[in-house]
Amino acid sequence: MLHIFCPHCGELRSEEEFHAAGQAHIARPLDPNACTDEEWGDYLFFRDNPRGLHHELWLHAAGCRKYFNATRHTISYEILETYKIGEKPSVTEAGGSEKKPVAKGVTA
Amino acid sequence: MTAVNVYKQRPDKIEGQSPLHHAGLAELVGKGKSGAGVHLREKKLLGHLTLRGDAKDPAFAGGVHKALGVELPVALTLVANGSLSLQWLAPDEWLLIVPRGEEFATEKRLREALGNELHYAVVNVSGGQTLLELSGPKVREMLMKSTSYDVHPSNFPVGKAVGTHFAKTQLVIRHTAEETWELVVRRSFADYIWLWLQDASAEFGLAIEA
Ligand SMILES: [Zn+2]
Repeated sequence: MLHIFCPHCGELRSEEEFHAAGQAHIARPLDPNACTDEEWGDYLFFRDNPRGLHHELWLHAAGCRKYFNATRHTISYEILETYKIGEKPSVTEAGGSEKKPVAKGVTA
Repeated sequence: MTAVNVYKQRPDKIEGQSPLHHAGLAELVGKGKSGAGVHLREKKLLGHLTLRGDAKDPAFAGGVHKALGVELPVALTLVANGSLSLQWLAPDEWLLIVPRGEEFATEKRLREALGNELHYAVVNVSGGQTLLELSGPKVREMLMKSTSYDVHPSNFPVGKAVGTHFAKTQLVIRHTAEETWELVVRRSFADYIWLWLQDASAEFGLAIEA
């Protein structure tokens, strides 16, 4: 079982307390009426499915009931970091494929 | 601007029924084994208020302090002022528990202190949940059987309160004194939790207190 760091509660919690909620950092178009059907369809329905690092939205469903972001490796399932909504990931595919030691969000 | 209809939700003349009314806890008092390892008491029909707002806004934090006499607690903690307790539930959400009958006056005091300009919420949720107090030398062992959350004092000191999984459902565990814990149980789960607690406490002996 994984231990996941909730950035709101500030501690590692058991995986069963969480729900994954899909891809993170999807910005809603500021003016939906100005979107083409394709742009709107992309926003609504199309998601990345990378082999490697993925930034995801997770919900601490049994704890504080708040959403946060997690950077997860889709092959190893390793969660490299978790961070609050509105913050930027510090581990990215471009920024560092070499795994940096992170203080938070380690798996147990 | 907060425009809400504030009114007294608990009539004076109608006696309330706790979610464990049917369990007849009052009749079980004194019938448990002597030297029971787990003592259970329902702190029934208290006033439960959900408070929401921006903790970083001094106007909100200050208003709450003015109305309640306690500071907003930080993550996973609980503060008390006499018979009133305020618990962190989430970064923008707290659970305020006051004695029975004081919820309306407390809500009015909060609204007065927080004013009309602030963005906040106070909701009376008294009917939706109940508080169970567990005390005794075997309570921690009983909790260990019921939740995967680490209840060892090194991880769960007095004054800590967490929402977590418990008996395959979800509730809030509060550590209020060395051998005393509280569970905030949702109304519709109260019967299930009551049955679970009886089963989980059986090996240690369970005594019901008034
Ligand atoms: Zn949390």
